[in-house]
Amino acid sequence: MAEEMRIVLRNYGKIDPLKIDDYIAAGGYKSLEKARGMKQTEVIEEVKKSNLRGRGGAGFNAGMKWNFSYQVQSEEKYVVCNADEGEPGTYKDRIIMENDPQSVIEGMAICGYAIGSKKGYIYCRGEYPYVVDTLNQAIAQAKAKGVLGDFDVEVRMGGGAYVCGEESALIESIEGHRGEPRFKPPFPPVIGLWQKPTIVNNVETFANIPIIIEKGGDWYKAIGAPNYPGTKVLTLTGDVNNRTFFEVPTNTTIREVIFGLGGGVAGGKKFKAVQIGGTSGGFIPESNLDTPIDFDSMNSIGAVLGSGAVFVMDESRDIVDVVARIAKFFEHESCGKCSPCREGTKRMHEMMERLNVGEGSAEDVELLGRLGKVMSVACLCGLGQAAPAPVLTTIKNFNADYQAKFN
Amino acid sequence: MANYEDIISKYQDLPGGIIEAYHALQREYSYIPEDAIRVAAEVFGIPTAKAWGVATFYSYFKVGKRGKNVIRICESAPCHVAGAAEVIAALEKELGIQMGDTTSDGKFTLELCECVGQCQATPVITVNSKPYGDMTPEKVSGVLAEYK
Repeated sequence: MAEEMRIVLRNYGKIDPLKIDDYIAAGGYKSLEKARGMKQTEVIEEVKKSNLRGRGGAGFNAGMKWNFSYQVQSEEKYVVCNADEGEPGTYKDRIIMENDPQSVIEGMAICGYAIGSKKGYIYCRGEYPYVVDTLNQAIAQAKAKGVLGDFDVEVRMGGGAYVCGEESALIESIEGHRGEPRFKPPFPPVIGLWQKPTIVNNVETFANIPIIIEKGGDWYKAIGAPNYPGTKVLTLTGDVNNRTFFEVPTNTTIREVIFGLGGGVAGGKKFKAVQIGGTSGGFIPESNLDTPIDFDSMNSIGAVLGSGAVFVMDESRDIVDVVARIAKFFEHESCGKCSPCREGTKRMHEMMERLNVGEGSAEDVELLGRLGKVMSVACLCGLGQAAPAPVLTTIKNFNADYQAKFN
Repeated sequence: MANYEDIISKYQDLPGGIIEAYHALQREYSYIPEDAIRVAAEVFGIPTAKAWGVATFYSYFKVGKRGKNVIRICESAPCHVAGAAEVIAALEKELGIQMGDTTSDGKFTLELCECVGQCQATPVITVNSKPYGDMTPEKVSGVLAEYK
């Protein structure tokens, strides 16, 4: 039986998020103090040792990323917190920031010390003006207390562009430009914000940092799946009884999440599909439900952990209709910089709509498969590369739904 | 016209501050007036085309007139399966306008949007960014009454 384990949400409901004294009384800012008593390389080693991997969806080793920036000689470096949470079905970063903003700020300050940066930005999505208020209050309190030392943090608001979750597009947006991804390399840890070394980490990644410094990398890496240790905050949506969030060790299986913590499929109906990781995630059939949610296990079944969104669909759901809706999303959110994505998402949406209203053919399905394969390798950034996943995985795993549209 | 510059110039010294300036304009007017884009280009010392390009890239910004209260309905997949279409129909009926339109008294604008991150309570609408969850056609008139 799956159980929750709260590391990222360790202070959830226990402290008043707008009272820094509560956070400090719960041990807050001791890790920053501890880190500042260590060598920069020791802090990075500890994070590396924990094997903490990015919680935004890309799963890159956080300590290794920090080391890239540490190694670059530069007067100025930046720490950026990616709070542009826009993956449909995801609200975990909001839960973290609303309930424990100081843990994120402390994580950023530790990163700042480790890489040699004195300036941090939190890029928070424009749809969360109330979270921006909470963050600004938390930052003001941290500055008044003097806990941040010479590290400064500033909040910037996004403008409702899904692509700005991609780190180089996010950087473009902070610089005041259209949020179009950059060509890589160079990668942001070497050349990022205003051409300076920049670490962009997700909210949940930063919230993990203070406790890793407090308890050590060895403690952390013993939790959950060895190749992607720790916990993951999941948000359950769709046809599931408990539409809420849970934090679980990463060796928890999909079945335990949906049927244990999630309370099973709503309305006594049968399970049909689950899409994990947000709207760009693959659709998973019943036969794969015993897969652990960790990054590598999910990849091995052609799915992703992504942002940790868990979107459950019951037996009554028309998969083609849902995927047609998703295809519209990607056409809308494609930034237009590269043609495989700009044209590909448009054609994909057209074909999915045609199929959905019963005017499509087996040839459309075949074309979708070919287009999807091209996009997943030819698109400039993760948006276009991942956009075909819902189409490709449903053609593979839920082909009957497509066939039903021809008759 | 004059106060566009007052609002925008507060962000003049902020690196990359044009997006924050657009947010401030939108808080004041509920949209970004076209003339304000020319002012922003001057204040930030960039071509008008670039200032225009930034304003129109982001879907949270609306260039050109919008109603006093902006109602956005999420149509992302979790809201879609939870019955967003019925809420959309109820809103259109109650206000007598279609998605994308503004009521003749200038009070309300209806817009579709993507996920607003309140997915514990699908389907979700927002009014001036304030979320209302677990929406049903029956709840529509009650929510609108708060803004009439």
